Amino acid sequence: MNDLTPTREQREAALEGMGCKRKRVEDIRFTQGRGNYVDDVKLPGMLHGDFVRSPHAHARVKSIDSTEALKVPGVLAVITAETLKTVNLAWMPTLAGDVQMVLADGKVLFQNQEVAFVVATDRYAADDGVNKVVVEYEALPVLVDPFKAMDPDAPVLREDLAGKTSGAHGPRKHHNHIFEWAIGDKDLTDAAFAKAEVTIKEMISYHRTHPSPLETCQCVCSFDKIKGELTIWGTFQAPHVIRTVVSLIAKIPEQKIHVIAPDIGGGFGNKVGAYPGYICAAVASIVTGKPVKWVEDRIENLTATSFARDYHMTTELAATKEGKVTGLRVHVLADHGAFDACADPSKWPAGFFNIVTGSYDFPVAHCVVDGIYTNKAPGGVAYRCSFRVTEAAYCIERAMDILAQKLGMDPAELRLKNFVRPEQFPYHSALGWEYDSGDYHTAMRKMMEAVDYAGLRKEQADKRAAFKRGETRDIMGIGVSFFTEIVGAGPSKNCDILGIAMFDSCEIRLHPTGSGIARVGTKSQGQGHETTWAQIIATEIGIPADNIMVEEGNTDTAPYGLGTYGSRSTPVAGAAIAMAARKIKAKAQMIAAYKLEVHEDDLEWDIDGFRVKGLPEKVMSMKDICWAAYNSVPPGMEPGLEAVSYYDPPNMTYPFGAYLCVMEIDVDTGVYKIRRFYALDDCGTRINPMIIEGQIHGGLTEAFAIAMGQEIRYDSEGNVVTGSFMDFFMPTAVETPHWETDFTVTPSPHHPIGAKGVGESPNVGGVPAFSNAVNDAFSFLGSTHIQMPHDFWRNWQAAKSLGVLG
Amino acid sequence: MPKTHVTMKVNGSEVERLAEPRTLLVHFLREQAQLTGTHIGCETSHCGACTIDIDGMSVKSCTMLAVQANGSEITTIEGMANVDGSLSALQEGFRMMHGLQCGFCTPGMIVRAHRLLQENPSPTETEIRAGISGNICRCTGYQNIVKAIQYAAAKINGVDYKEAAE
Repeated sequence: MNDLTPTREQREAALEGMGCKRKRVEDIRFTQGRGNYVDDVKLPGMLHGDFVRSPHAHARVKSIDSTEALKVPGVLAVITAETLKTVNLAWMPTLAGDVQMVLADGKVLFQNQEVAFVVATDRYAADDGVNKVVVEYEALPVLVDPFKAMDPDAPVLREDLAGKTSGAHGPRKHHNHIFEWAIGDKDLTDAAFAKAEVTIKEMISYHRTHPSPLETCQCVCSFDKIKGELTIWGTFQAPHVIRTVVSLIAKIPEQKIHVIAPDIGGGFGNKVGAYPGYICAAVASIVTGKPVKWVEDRIENLTATSFARDYHMTTELAATKEGKVTGLRVHVLADHGAFDACADPSKWPAGFFNIVTGSYDFPVAHCVVDGIYTNKAPGGVAYRCSFRVTEAAYCIERAMDILAQKLGMDPAELRLKNFVRPEQFPYHSALGWEYDSGDYHTAMRKMMEAVDYAGLRKEQADKRAAFKRGETRDIMGIGVSFFTEIVGAGPSKNCDILGIAMFDSCEIRLHPTGSGIARVGTKSQGQGHETTWAQIIATEIGIPADNIMVEEGNTDTAPYGLGTYGSRSTPVAGAAIAMAARKIKAKAQMIAAYKLEVHEDDLEWDIDGFRVKGLPEKVMSMKDICWAAYNSVPPGMEPGLEAVSYYDPPNMTYPFGAYLCVMEIDVDTGVYKIRRFYALDDCGTRINPMIIEGQIHGGLTEAFAIAMGQEIRYDSEGNVVTGSFMDFFMPTAVETPHWETDFTVTPSPHHPIGAKGVGESPNVGGVPAFSNAVNDAFSFLGSTHIQMPHDFWRNWQAAKSLGVLG
Repeated sequence: MPKTHVTMKVNGSEVERLAEPRTLLVHFLREQAQLTGTHIGCETSHCGACTIDIDGMSVKSCTMLAVQANGSEITTIEGMANVDGSLSALQEGFRMMHGLQCGFCTPGMIVRAHRLLQENPSPTETEIRAGISGNICRCTGYQNIVKAIQYAAAKINGVDYKEAAE
């Protein structure tokens, strides 16, 4: 060795592997406007489709007259449910085991429901055609309030289900009832409540909101009649599943369907499901023999594609006077809209809501969820959350604050008293999950120290005294939240989508010159997979991340995977990547042993190659092994250096975090000011700290929007009154607070690299932190719970109802 | 619908096409001029994904007609790189400071930031936040976008970028 020999640190740094704040490779094209999103796809002769949509929330469709529309220059076809019936596609299966109209079949069930699809030579002509289709409706009584859905005289929404007393998830109790899902021990929980020293009960609502990625849902479908092949470019978070579903419902052989998800402008759960636009564009392409593009506009996206939340949770806690919780009881009224199109794993009608015991060691719990139909858009999605974990975290974190208030205890102290202790992991929760690892006390205490929690409470006490003396009109709230996520769906033993087990996959091919390509079954929508996946491979096999190209989203080339949502990519595909890399490393070791003329066991891994134990000069780099793999492998060994892994995780992963929000509210105007927001996350092993921080910033901003103003609201006639960005709160740089981030690292014991996933944690933990801050601010005035979203007007209303307005 | 003759200079090149009077400028740029970097996010001038620079002003091209831009000089994201093809200070800033994730808002954000820095070469954080308030991002939480613009301002002004205490 001489002075020019790179040091160990230099060799490691050159890889840009795990732990490195590697700059994103995607940004080179995105910053120059060279991304390739679906609407950028242009094919020769391409047509455009647009929908006629219902102005009514509930109405019978008496007639659809397309005569005038077909006279519009450029309009080629108008597709209705009658057209779709000829190809048996008038209804489609939903992810939740229900069926959904593709186009209105006899009636409409929510405002802006798709009624007819106009196909024309360009998008302007299609819009002209839409305006000329004449639809005659007979208005029906509208059901908007979920609490009235199961009244005996509530209007019958789903006439197609008339007489059906059971659905995909068991018995139905009423004509607007979808399912009842119960979990936990009812008797033991009731007994805990019967002898409890203290109990609380509160109806905690999580309002309907919407993911609203900046790019709406869209597709281009191209059917080749000669080859009998259908190619679909689309905004798909799970392209392989789309291919299988299309094959099953359109009866086209799966190998003749090519699904391509190019660059995606944000997903957040909105792009998991299948929408009528995809079906209609595919049918239109088959009918016309030309490619057909469908691009949704913003109003359509907000009013007709998958919503999020809409859970109404009656929550009870039983506890001792000292603050030890002895039982949890929750009843949820879940408003699923007109069709149960919720994106949950097949066996979980309420997703992973049974994580509702949160980060706490509750001895018993019982939870019942009733899913119901209303005249609202269908398709509850896991909006930046893992299948209802956001609702569950909000429910328990609000409840813990309410209990603390009743006991006169500090909310942070109450949490510390009830946390699952480090020695209890793997921890079996009362509602059936096995938490893999955690150290909640350390995280909570680190947060409290970082923000000077004691000092904040002292300041708050002084401010409250000043308010009571009439010296200020500002009230101060400190919102504490601690959450445990459940991500990484999931193990095939309990997770599937439409019967397809939720594994994920990776194929790595290394080339002779020491570079390679990795193809993965996930699909980035901004998470930076092209950057981070290469980092995992770099660390595992010693090839610089810059030499690994990552490709996703093309079902012809990528191995079958279940896609990206619910923070499953790192826990599942991240593991598949590591396992494929390890297969390559094992073969590389055999090649190195042969070339170095030693036994494999005499070799040790050394950052970017193999070294003979005890002989530091005798090394073979991975780059050289790649070359050897194509020209001088051991006798009997196949040439080449590639591997595929399909990873079925043994368990979910359980990231966690401690968040704190300090807020001030002017009681006379309701105007709030976020003084401080601190977020500590533990997502296990950190692959790219820069990207993790970016994900947390983004998730916190979405949490801020949801907690402080964003809502899909309906009037009594079922009209959506928040149908554009004029009415639906989208925070800009001006409103968005400054974020402070921090972390602890508790690796997952069962994940090959110990990573747990982080993308949605800030949304899950953020919403209760904001809401708890608002509620904490008002609590000294006698308030126990104020429903979200906490916009200025609602804050003012709260102050008014508490009698503190001047 | 009868078409109108529309001419404009886009990123330094003459673009001459026939367009319906009702054609939105963003559609004209994306479909006729084949410049797909300018994106459509909301169609109500709220999100700013379609922001372009027209005659020295930031404009939301989803709510302007192509005919209104007749005779004007336009710069889109495709015209933002340095003359030699390398990333401009702003583009580099967005990459270095991790000012983007899905990249959909990024073209509009960079074009807007470009005009902001022309108007105010050394903006404060508050001025940057106000200056980009017509552009919505769903992924980043804005903090790193602010840093990206500060990075670019520092580079353009020939000073070392120091992360400001926000």
